[in-house]
Amino acid sequence: MRYLPHTDEDIRTMFDTIGVSDFEGLFRTVPESCRYDKEMKLPPPKTEWDLNSYMAEIKSMMKITPEHAVLVGAGRYQHHIPSTIPAIMSRSELITAYTPYQPEMAQGTLQGLYEYQTLTARLLGVDVANASMYDGASALAEALLMGIRIGRKKKRVAVSKAIHPHYRAVVDTYFAPTEYEIVELAVAEDGRTDLSSLSAEDGFAAVALQSPNFFGVIEDMEKSAEAIHAADSLFIAAFSEPLAFGLVKSPGSCGADIVCGEGQSLGIPVSFGGPGLGMFGCRDKFVRNLPGRLVGETRDLEGKRGYVLTLSTREQHIRREKATSNICSNQGICTLTAAMYMASLGGTGIRKLAKLNFDKAEYLKAGLQQAGATLCHDAPTFNEFAVRFDSDFKPVQKSLMEQGIAAGLNLSGFYDDMDNCYLFCVTETASKDVLDTVIKEVKK
Amino acid sequence: MKYGPGRSGLIMEEPLLWEKGRPGRNGMSIPDSDVPDAQLAADLCGEGPDFPDLSEVDVVRHYTRLSQWNFGVDTGMYPLGSCTMKYNPKINEKHAASEGITSAHPMLDDEYCQGTLRIIYELQNYLAAITGLDAVSVQPAAGAHGELAGMLIFAAYHKSRGKKRNKILIPDTAHGTNPASAALCGYKPVSIKSGPRGILDVDQVRELMDEECAGIMITNPNTLGLFEENIREIAQIVHEKGGLVYGDGANMNAVMGIVDMKKCGVDVLHLNLHKTFSTPHGGGGPGSGPVCVVEELAGFLPSPRVVFDGEQYRLEDERPESIGRMHCFHGNYGVLVRALCYILTMGAENLKKATQYAVLNACYIKVKLKNHLHLAYDRPCMHEAVFSDKKQQEYKVTTLDIAKRLMDSGYHPPTIYFPLVVHGAIMIEPTETESLEELDTFIEVVKEIVAEAKSDAELLKNAPQRFKVKRLDETQAARQPCLCG
Repeated sequence: MRYLPHTDEDIRTMFDTIGVSDFEGLFRTVPESCRYDKEMKLPPPKTEWDLNSYMAEIKSMMKITPEHAVLVGAGRYQHHIPSTIPAIMSRSELITAYTPYQPEMAQGTLQGLYEYQTLTARLLGVDVANASMYDGASALAEALLMGIRIGRKKKRVAVSKAIHPHYRAVVDTYFAPTEYEIVELAVAEDGRTDLSSLSAEDGFAAVALQSPNFFGVIEDMEKSAEAIHAADSLFIAAFSEPLAFGLVKSPGSCGADIVCGEGQSLGIPVSFGGPGLGMFGCRDKFVRNLPGRLVGETRDLEGKRGYVLTLSTREQHIRREKATSNICSNQGICTLTAAMYMASLGGTGIRKLAKLNFDKAEYLKAGLQQAGATLCHDAPTFNEFAVRFDSDFKPVQKSLMEQGIAAGLNLSGFYDDMDNCYLFCVTETASKDVLDTVIKEVKK
Repeated sequence: MKYGPGRSGLIMEEPLLWEKGRPGRNGMSIPDSDVPDAQLAADLCGEGPDFPDLSEVDVVRHYTRLSQWNFGVDTGMYPLGSCTMKYNPKINEKHAASEGITSAHPMLDDEYCQGTLRIIYELQNYLAAITGLDAVSVQPAAGAHGELAGMLIFAAYHKSRGKKRNKILIPDTAHGTNPASAALCGYKPVSIKSGPRGILDVDQVRELMDEECAGIMITNPNTLGLFEENIREIAQIVHEKGGLVYGDGANMNAVMGIVDMKKCGVDVLHLNLHKTFSTPHGGGGPGSGPVCVVEELAGFLPSPRVVFDGEQYRLEDERPESIGRMHCFHGNYGVLVRALCYILTMGAENLKKATQYAVLNACYIKVKLKNHLHLAYDRPCMHEAVFSDKKQQEYKVTTLDIAKRLMDSGYHPPTIYFPLVVHGAIMIEPTETESLEELDTFIEVVKEIVAEAKSDAELLKNAPQRFKVKRLDETQAARQPCLCG
């Protein structure tokens, strides 16, 4: 077996040194009653070439192919990824390293993470960002728990119904064994969260909105911040499409206290939903309550600049059960990938790309309306929007799939009142031709 | 060992990203617009982030230089205890990165994604076969996330029986994340001291286990690298009091094909695919922490689960007992692909060999070094051996000094100062992918450092010398945090 270097002679030499005569001698502390008494039921070992055939078979079972245009987002976004990113991010020194516990021999990872934290803080408009969480959904759950820690005596949080349904499901999972209550906030006609009844009497430690929200709608973040702060709650701003902040005001600049969401859009493929990364930041004054790893700048013995993991007294291995989270491994290389993507785009590029996403989505939005669809919400959207069809859209969807276009996500499974409503996503990867095909097919 | 492969090299300086570049440069192509210009309401428009503008060459050189300051398994031996830093096969990377996989969108109907669902289904089955348990969810995104899933299953199970329990037993030789994971589910950790042989004492467990206790979290082999020999008796005590047994499977590499977790009495176990199943750790992630359970608890596993009806793979969501969703989609899917490739490449026979060689390598190091470094527990070890700096204290040399000096000799240091039960711990886990020659060279280097500790302690105090930076001041970093440039 090519990964196992031991020869029979090596093994004999080692047995002699250790003073055993066979492998059984090495496992003598494992009682008979705990032993695996049969062969593990697995297929016989495959050569590299057999494995290639197996994976080819897997790919042949996929009706969605790399050639498809995908006009579905809802938490995973198909964007162009420059070939520089996989080429550099698969470098052994980066990908085969562990968490940087020995900083002097992990300065690449550490400087990369520090740069990620900085670019993320700038993108989200926060003072400080951590070195990533698992994904946008678990990041939101952690943000709400952080809100509870800061809010001390308050035992309730509020979550907008316009937050991605899967994010809310993960929040429910995290909160199930706790004594804390989650209240869902309704969505108004225009697609924005209804905060009109919010008051200090509610006793919410934190109120969470997503913007752009699940329907692609850009929330009125500044007004929301005012209302939430007036109700004496922390404002948690979630997101699933960070590219929006190339064009739209950042959540932090609008007054959000904690900002969290999914970073997959930043140079990471959709890859059936993972890995991506949870982006997480907050105001300076909450930094001691922040979950997750942080990298900080320091000096070496000779005064030279360097980077280390820091403020670890918040973390599980030091603080044990009083830690701000149990997170240990995070999304590592995805974090560096996101930073490399942000650096490749630059300030000029991200604005241009975000605008292009916006323009293309507006083009399809207008086209579908002309073709007879009705907009579900009239508030501005970024690169996703929901429409209602008068007639069954499923046959159209199927026909488009056959033409190589995966278009629209059926919302009826997610919301009671959204039969015949579909969520569309348009990124820079969708050409005008593709959009025109969709419009034409709907018109038929 | 001053000179030798990988001991010295060219170190390029490289500033921070925003200390480079010129406004107007760009590092990737952006399509020209083929649609009309649209207007977003002015009050919603921001200025965009203050990112530096860099060319493609700027970016590529930047990250290439950064990578050269790093050390990975492909660079050299990385005996970081408890982390199982084995070789990460390249073919697995190729398949995880293939377009057929990376372009699969998770929100499409099952019929479009039969291949990607099949990967999850098969991995679920294979992990069940390897652990001896019955049902698996691959949704948790890392080991600690798997632990959390496990604790949520504990809580849901006790709730379903109408009993809320508020404590959990955790040995002092368990992994560091265990208490924090339990606390998230409202369990107060009750620490159990390991006995004089470094393993759990049955009477201690009997004394502490009661009907307020949700169960026990056992890392087996434990963080001293010792097999918990009394696990069956302990499990019986816990079960008799209505509790459950959680197995932290981070050390599964020591027992594949040797130990049947179900026979041990384990009810819930998490695995770390980025340890035992060879997926790269990426400088901190992504990992993957599948959670495996006995049949009676299958209903509690996270949703959705992938099922197969003989013809179609589909996502099953209607599972009333389930703890619910742990991740927005299916966890770190790309990691799952790699782990499946590894299992298919190895097969049962080679996975068992991997375990045997991992233990062989650790025992060999233990025997060869025990006269040079203090061995905390001189007992048969499994996949890792825990030493300490006790013998070096008279020269005022610490574990940290030894670790830093090892770096200068071309090795990633072992895990240090963990487990906490051993003062100044040096926890060495070589893994099965290191050859006898590699082990012998490593052993010689450690012996030389031990000799240096006696003859020239300053050499160790001033290490490392051969990296981009000298020893870094971690205290200052925490005292005056600078987390953003």
